[in-house]
Amino acid sequence: MLHTLAVLVENNPGVLARISGLFARRAYNIFSLAVCQTENPSLSVMTIVVEGDSQVIEQVTKQLHKLVVVHKVTNLSNEAVVDRELALVRVKVKTETRLEVLQTVDIFRGRVVDMGRSNLTIELTGDKEKIDAFIKTMRTYGILELVRTGKIAIARSDT
Amino acid sequence: MGKFEQDIYRARDPEFTWEDEEILASGRYNGAKALLDVLEKEGVEVIFGYPGGVLLTLYDALLDSSIKHILPRHEQAAVHAADGYARVSGKVGVCLATSGPGASNMVTGIANAYMDSVPLVVITGQVPTNLLGTDSFQEVDITGMTLPITKHSYLVKDAKDIPRIVKEAFHIAGTGRPGPVLIDLPKDIMAADVIDPHAPKLSLPSYKYFTKGNSGQINEAAKALAQSKKPIVYAGGGVITSGAGSILRELIDKVNIPVVTTLMGIGSVQSKHPNLLGMVGMHGTITANLAVNDCDLLIAVGVRFDDRVTSGLKHRFATNAKIIHIDVDPAEIGKVVKAHIPIVGDAKLVLDELCKKAMAPEITGWWAQLRKWQQEYPLGYEQDGHLNPQTILEAMGKIGGENVIVTTDVGQHQMWAAQFYPVTSGRQFITSAGLGTMGFGFPAAIGAQFAKPDSLVFLVTGDGSFQMSIHELATTVQYDLPIKIVLMNNGVLGMVRQMQKMFYNERFSQIQLHANPDFVKVAEAYGIKGIRVDHPDQVEPALLEAINTPGPVLLDFTISPDEVVLPMVPSGKVITEVLGGVD
Repeated sequence: MLHTLAVLVENNPGVLARISGLFARRAYNIFSLAVCQTENPSLSVMTIVVEGDSQVIEQVTKQLHKLVVVHKVTNLSNEAVVDRELALVRVKVKTETRLEVLQTVDIFRGRVVDMGRSNLTIELTGDKEKIDAFIKTMRTYGILELVRTGKIAIARSDT
Repeated sequence: MGKFEQDIYRARDPEFTWEDEEILASGRYNGAKALLDVLEKEGVEVIFGYPGGVLLTLYDALLDSSIKHILPRHEQAAVHAADGYARVSGKVGVCLATSGPGASNMVTGIANAYMDSVPLVVITGQVPTNLLGTDSFQEVDITGMTLPITKHSYLVKDAKDIPRIVKEAFHIAGTGRPGPVLIDLPKDIMAADVIDPHAPKLSLPSYKYFTKGNSGQINEAAKALAQSKKPIVYAGGGVITSGAGSILRELIDKVNIPVVTTLMGIGSVQSKHPNLLGMVGMHGTITANLAVNDCDLLIAVGVRFDDRVTSGLKHRFATNAKIIHIDVDPAEIGKVVKAHIPIVGDAKLVLDELCKKAMAPEITGWWAQLRKWQQEYPLGYEQDGHLNPQTILEAMGKIGGENVIVTTDVGQHQMWAAQFYPVTSGRQFITSAGLGTMGFGFPAAIGAQFAKPDSLVFLVTGDGSFQMSIHELATTVQYDLPIKIVLMNNGVLGMVRQMQKMFYNERFSQIQLHANPDFVKVAEAYGIKGIRVDHPDQVEPALLEAINTPGPVLLDFTISPDEVVLPMVPSGKVITEVLGGVD
């Protein structure tokens, strides 16, 4: 099962190496990883999607806590969350398919951010399933290039 | 520094003294001096180090420091010596090496300390910051290389951070579950001016460690103990680290329950204690292993259910038992086996509370069973007229008395020492347990002797292990350390040979040490006494002669390559499949 961990870490050089090194040597599998500074500039948050049963996740959490640079670990899979990924997709278009692609982008609430003679670059945000569905649709036209971020997540406010 | 600046520092720092002003006024207060000053403030008396290019400023400053510097003959020995010093003294050990090969030579020693939770501050020199990352001369990324084997590490990028970082390093190394902390110091940082020699107040908001255990859980543990029919304590290195030995003995005496120890736990309960069933695990006593296998309550204290204890069979280990797991490191709980009553906390504090609440269970039947096993399967050996290694260890125990420290290397001699040397207290039996580092024993003995200058220190080693650190004979002579080296010389790599004999149809591969030197002559070449012993009758006189000879002595005991360590539970087998015991 996939779990989403929000790991609050000190914003120092070398912290990413400590975290990724821990995952590597203990043979935990990182599915995706997104890192950014928080509103407190001395802290960063890493949103890590990791695969494992509850026992593995418990060990991951405890081992993360052991690192001096780790401030807090929250398993967001236990909470109601809003999560997002961002994808940039460059799709091949011909004169006869351009309109069709634009309509699909519209349905997915994406945006065209760049345009070439025979391609469109589309920006799309959403959860993993939505982006997967969009990519699947775009494959029929031909994807020239694709980049996508790891998941970021935030717990829903309880008030 | 001008008068005006000094006034500013005095105003900002109430601890600022005239002496500090003098240092600052002299203009020679650099990173190296700041480092040594903070080490002194941390109470460091001795550091084990090896100089090199990037450390010139530091070694220059060292000439004016009160800290004693010991020069071993290899950087790995420096870290093992600091390790031995830390294990014996209970203080944080400090070692130092130059950049590049100096630093990488320490990697094994750091891993060794990490595995056995030994508090160290390891200081490495680094190339100047402007050359970092350019593959410059004697550059290695030592913080990167040691990430998985340090509790924490620092690469210092600004000299003014030195006082803070050193203070943090000692705090992290010595608190919670201890471990090695590395400080990598670039050459220019050591030469740069440090403006404020005082460390700020310790602030590590992300670092947390546990002390007191949860009282509710301790109540549960006391209840489980009172109701148990077949309880047993499984004590490890954490008992010794936290100084919980005496409270553990108080507990087992109060409720009269049996105890087994791990290799790291040797000394937590004295060898002759009637409730001690011996060491548990691969070469433990049969009674200890049968007892753990059969118990209904396992009180695990400061242990990590290592595969040398569980045979790597976590699902077949103590299967009938309710498990109470007391450990200061929450990540150890549930890592290998599921604990029914987990208690995170310092062993001494938890056992203290448990002891107050504990009530003796009714276990007469259990004791009868244990005594029967002890009679049936005593830990013995066949005295066949040859010089048996066990005889040597028993004689050492008899002659040495109580105030003795024994360090061991790794292999058969280590297991015989664990089985047969009569230990009376914690911090007395020093061995490389988790990593199993051949070559550890000799430098560890050097560190031990510096920690306890008046104690008799025995090194128990084999001809394989000894040759991995034989160069430390020079260090021993240079500092006139009266270490007595007990070399069990069988001309082979005995433990590997034993396993090839037992599990590989006696197809012996690469275990002959054909070109062994004459160790007595080697000792003499270093200017120390060497004594060869090849008959059991000579053991006691030779040991007495060694003890009565001032300075280091090497005792070369000729033993048979056919000697084996028994009993043995092969890896991946349960105790009922033990070799050399249960029929």
